[in-house]
Amino acid sequence: MRISPDDIVLFEYGFVKLNATIVTTWILMLVMVIGSISITRKLVIGTKISRWQSTLEIIVIGIKNQIEEVGLHKSETYIGFLGTLFLFLFVSNLLTILPVYEPPTSSLSTTAALAISVFFAVPVFNIMEHGILNYLKSYVKPLFIMLPFHIISEFSRTLALAVRLFGNMMSGVMILGILITITPFIFPIVMTAFGLLTGTVQSYIFTILASVFIAAAAHESEKELKN
Amino acid sequence: MLFDWFTLVAQLVNFLVLVWLLKRYLYKPILSAIDEREKLIARQLHEAESSKVDANRELEDFQQKNNMLNQQRHELLNNAISEVNAERLKLLEQTRIEVESLRLRLQESLKIEQQNLGSEIIRRTRTEVFAIVRKTLEDLASANLENQIAGVFISRINGLNPDEKELLFSALNHTTGEVSVRSMFDVPLVQQAAIQKALKSNFNIATEIKFETAPQLVCGIELVTNGYKVSWTIEEYLKSLENHIGVLLNEHKELKTEKIT
Repeated sequence: MRISPDDIVLFEYGFVKLNATIVTTWILMLVMVIGSISITRKLVIGTKISRWQSTLEIIVIGIKNQIEEVGLHKSETYIGFLGTLFLFLFVSNLLTILPVYEPPTSSLSTTAALAISVFFAVPVFNIMEHGILNYLKSYVKPLFIMLPFHIISEFSRTLALAVRLFGNMMSGVMILGILITITPFIFPIVMTAFGLLTGTVQSYIFTILASVFIAAAAHESEKELKN
Repeated sequence: MLFDWFTLVAQLVNFLVLVWLLKRYLYKPILSAIDEREKLIARQLHEAESSKVDANRELEDFQQKNNMLNQQRHELLNNAISEVNAERLKLLEQTRIEVESLRLRLQESLKIEQQNLGSEIIRRTRTEVFAIVRKTLEDLASANLENQIAGVFISRINGLNPDEKELLFSALNHTTGEVSVRSMFDVPLVQQAAIQKALKSNFNIATEIKFETAPQLVCGIELVTNGYKVSWTIEEYLKSLENHIGVLLNEHKELKTEKIT
């Protein structure tokens, strides 16, 4: 039984394997970027704006406010990363309503890649904000002996993030597949709707967790700076 | 296998590329647009605020000017009312004077008219009286009026008392020219001779006597010489009649004046 779209290989040359995960991601990227360009190309500064611009503004402002609520006050710095994270996951899960579509998030490679992004984003943003010294100091606080625990914490956090998203996405697709096999009518529609809900919630949770990790690290460094 | 390293790296790269692309084509333009709009709205609010302040200031100015204008209007109105009242009083006074003047002129004109009427009445009365007397004498006594007047005149000359005669004599003697006898009518020749005879017999004068016609004498005859006069006319009777008519006219005039005032 196939449990990941990685298994659908479309093109293979040596170690280069173009599977369904990568191709779907490209399609998603294309849709998102072209959509963004087509809307932002005709941006209006005045108060009479198009409904597409209004929708995009609502989404962007919503993400920005959410980031600020978590505690990241310079939301413009983080919105590129965290907003893209949320939008990619959200669009990726939203399209599950399309037949034969398999979300790239149901591949552990994708969720791991996203988790690794968060893993690196935390120190990168922290260093950008407070400098490398303050960031490194946070690893040996309150005592030097805490260093391995901090490192383990970072890795386990990243792993948990990756597996959580993969598990949820993959399980949704799996359950849908099983239900289609058992009861091909009505019930899979309900499950698809439910999948939409869980997908949206998961994308929100993933983004919020990433924001919280970045914010937590930033606050730690801030404390250091104050001490 | 659940995990594929190539896919992981590819997805990592894909995600980073997507981050860059969305940052460039989505977040940046949208946030810039929102910022611009916020600035625009803030500017508009600021402008609205300053416009409001300006409007309030202008309103105050306007109210102040309005009050000033109202005050000026009241002052002008009061001045105009005062001027109109003064003008009205002046015009009334002027009219009163004009009316008074008109009334006086009217009275004057009435008086003149009355005088003219009186004169006309007297003239006509004299003429009529003269005509009536003449006719009456002719009808009742078959006598000529002129003859009778001349007779009366001669009787008067003859009937003068000595003092009067003395005075007339003196006057006649001191006359350098002719002695004239004037009458309203042409004295008949017989009567002229009788008058000459009476004068010569009484005063012994050698001076020629001239007979003249004077219509203003109405009905009478007179001898005037060097400040002395002997005459007979119906003037006295006419004067009495005139007085009576004058009383009547005065009554009429008083009534008319009362009506005018």
